[in-house]
Amino acid sequence: MNRILHADDRDSGASLPSRRGFLIAMVGTGVTLGFARPGLGAIELPSGEAEATPAELFEPTIWYGIDREGFVTVNVIRAEMGQHVGTALARIVADELEADWQKVRIVHVDSDPKWGLMVTGGSWSVWQSFPILSQAGAAGRIALIEEGAKLLGVGSEACVARNGAVAAGGKSIGYGDIVVRGDLRRSYTEEQLKAMPIKPPDERRLIGRDTTAIDVPSKTNGEARYGLDARVDGMIYARPKVPPTRNDSRVVSIDDAAAKSVPGYIRTLALNDPSETVPGWVMVYADSFVAASRAADLVKVEWHVGESGKVSEEDLQRRAGELIADRNGGALVVDDPGLDAAFAAAKSTIERTYTTSTVMHFQLEPVNAVAFEKDGVFEIHTGNQWQSLILPVLAQALARNQDKIVLRSYMLGGGFGRRLNGDYAVPAALAAKLAGRPVKMICTRPDDMRFDSPRSPSVQLLRMAFGDGGNVTAMDHQAAAGWPTAVMAPSFLFKAGNGALYDPFSISGADHWYSVGAQRVRALRNDLADRTFRPGWLRSVAPGWTAWAVESFMDEASHAAGADPVAFRLRLLDAAGRNAGSAPNAVGGARRQAAVLARAAQKAGWGGALPKDVGLGVATSFGQERDMPTWVACVARVAVDRGSGRVTVEKLTLVVDAGTIVHPDGAEAQVEGAALWGLSMALHEGSEFVGGQPKDTNLDSYTPLRMGDVPPVEIEFLPSTEMPVGLGEPATTVVAPAIANAIFAASGARIRHLPIRPGAVLRALSNSA
Amino acid sequence: MTNLDLNGRPVSFRSPDDTPLLWAIRDEIGLTGTKFGCGIGMCGACTVHVEGRATRSCITPLAAVAGARITTIEGLDPKGQHPLQSAWIELQVPQCGYCQSGQIMQAATLLQDYPDPTDRDIDAVMAGSLCRCMTYVRIRKAIKLAASKMRVGSAP
Repeated sequence: MNRILHADDRDSGASLPSRRGFLIAMVGTGVTLGFARPGLGAIELPSGEAEATPAELFEPTIWYGIDREGFVTVNVIRAEMGQHVGTALARIVADELEADWQKVRIVHVDSDPKWGLMVTGGSWSVWQSFPILSQAGAAGRIALIEEGAKLLGVGSEACVARNGAVAAGGKSIGYGDIVVRGDLRRSYTEEQLKAMPIKPPDERRLIGRDTTAIDVPSKTNGEARYGLDARVDGMIYARPKVPPTRNDSRVVSIDDAAAKSVPGYIRTLALNDPSETVPGWVMVYADSFVAASRAADLVKVEWHVGESGKVSEEDLQRRAGELIADRNGGALVVDDPGLDAAFAAAKSTIERTYTTSTVMHFQLEPVNAVAFEKDGVFEIHTGNQWQSLILPVLAQALARNQDKIVLRSYMLGGGFGRRLNGDYAVPAALAAKLAGRPVKMICTRPDDMRFDSPRSPSVQLLRMAFGDGGNVTAMDHQAAAGWPTAVMAPSFLFKAGNGALYDPFSISGADHWYSVGAQRVRALRNDLADRTFRPGWLRSVAPGWTAWAVESFMDEASHAAGADPVAFRLRLLDAAGRNAGSAPNAVGGARRQAAVLARAAQKAGWGGALPKDVGLGVATSFGQERDMPTWVACVARVAVDRGSGRVTVEKLTLVVDAGTIVHPDGAEAQVEGAALWGLSMALHEGSEFVGGQPKDTNLDSYTPLRMGDVPPVEIEFLPSTEMPVGLGEPATTVVAPAIANAIFAASGARIRHLPIRPGAVLRALSNSA
Repeated sequence: MTNLDLNGRPVSFRSPDDTPLLWAIRDEIGLTGTKFGCGIGMCGACTVHVEGRATRSCITPLAAVAGARITTIEGLDPKGQHPLQSAWIELQVPQCGYCQSGQIMQAATLLQDYPDPTDRDIDAVMAGSLCRCMTYVRIRKAIKLAASKMRVGSAP
């Protein structure tokens, strides 16, 4: 996802609310640090003191504030969904500010255009915020030292800021007192802010050290507030009747006669959605959720169902295969000259096809939202990862301007990409508008699953050409899948060299860091998938399937070349040419990928003796995007039961280089969760489309990983002071191919489809025999 | 009208007596720490204690618990400092946190039955509690940490 904020744009300010100066302003309650509001000159400071109110401390252009007691409040525009993002971001500010960590607070702000792009995804919250929050923290520190020095009657060069106070000799003054007595007003141009003296890594006091995440205690005592917990006076409840298909169902008739026997039932209405987010939706209202849910079960709706009502998983895969078989079409994302010649001149070639099934998000909190109009503003209370994406859709749906809609932030009972797509806010808003009163819409689990934006099934064809001595001379990678970005955020599509538009998030990972001679990557949009359902971004997005293909294929290629799978990869990770890397995000390039791979192999005892039917398999990736590589390698140790085809993962060993680690304990938790997601998707999840709908709608048939199937997971971070990059997803990408490669090592069975089912292992075993 | 004891206080529910306990607790009483995940008793997010036993409140009608003693996450410990809650904080277990009330309530009865649980005990009893963030490794560690502290605390 990070290409939404392209690496080149970030430092030039494109990710900031706008290119403008940085202000430190005084208000009645303290000092605020942030960007000048549009319309204010960079040197035209608000006097503040006259009309200051407590609310001004949280004025939306402000990144953080310090009050008269010295409490620092950091405004967080990212969604909290388990990654403790507020803690990580606040640590960055507080470290540069030399704040007292015990006096740091976080606020998850509501949507406001002044925040710029509000999106939490792609594992890039820390990466994207690190420079600006560091600079903002440093600006505050310097101002506090200057004013503190005056109040102490010494020169600022004699002062040191530490732990929320400025000290010189034996004297010291707290930040709160400086706010009360000093004049902290400052302004800086963008250039001056960029030149702020950021502390060298060895001066860091908070970054890189463990802490208790600020949000954790509330998640052990029932106090944490999720969207499901939102409540406003006078609200009624609603449960949708989700139509048989996502895009082409039309209501023919509604019969609510049976529902009228449900106490508390109010009525049933069809939604008219100008944004076409929820065509064919019907809303059942009642005075409690239980009544709405029971009534919805009794309401009979007849729909006219379009063509997509017949589509099966097999149809989707077949269409992907057709697109790949057609040599024309698609976007040539990488298109080196000489590829066809290299294949024509090859001593040998290999060609393999890899496929993946539909995957459901199954975030534990079913989607929901409370919506109502108040004082001319439509409020939506819900957990969301991408406010900036859904606000214009809501504006269209409600036929009102975006500035009259606000999304109030709540914790997310799981994001995993499901809540990047805020589509669930639309039916709630429409239901409230139609009812003329506050409505809380809750999807049951089956409603949520049928309304999910699943990870698209995929088909990929990979080819490699070998020259003299087994040297790799060319590699071709073609991938067909549904494209979420084309459906939901088409302005983020990229243009390939051949002029075709493509979804970067549906092909990233295929543009790997191996030096393979002439390389071609062709991205194909599965149009049938995009018509049948709304494809979604799901934890790790494309590398969930591209890395599956690349790393399974590298294993097959190494065996074809008669080489050890680790040695084969290390040879190709030579950091030559375009794989040399670049500052600031990818310093070292493929050399760092080679380092995590070598370390993981060593750590897992690669090459050592193993019991019968037990094998080690390896996989490595750069996380998600070449622009922001997180280097990761995994060795899986698995046992294969030849009688049943059952695969037992005995251990996962992961080595990660994510640059500077801001919050080590949190980083480990993210990698652990991501790796187990990878395991869950490899062996325990996967669904299929039947009649235009996902077949699995609840835990009776959809079976994510449970406690008893969790193997030991060993994680190591390579020490680094490079730019901090993403952690929430990279480890997801390597687990499935490591498992499949381990199955091969253990048993000779080669698996080329995700999820891996015992039946497929048995078939592969009989093929290999 | 269903009367029962909720977190040590007598409560009368106006909701129909076929209302699942989960929604009565959440929407009538306003205690929202107990969560809705699957609605069929298979994720464990709605776990509360009925007479001290872990129970899936999403599939338990009010009528079935009339007169019973119910404990939710809010009532597990008056200060939120049950050894499990303290261990959960010490080991930084929660990620999104949505399932954790249910995990803690389930673990509390686990420790009543198995004061020194083995991995197999934990696997068996916690199997019904899904954590979508996959914090299982830390849940296991935290259960063992809490168990060790409770054993020390209860030693003669």
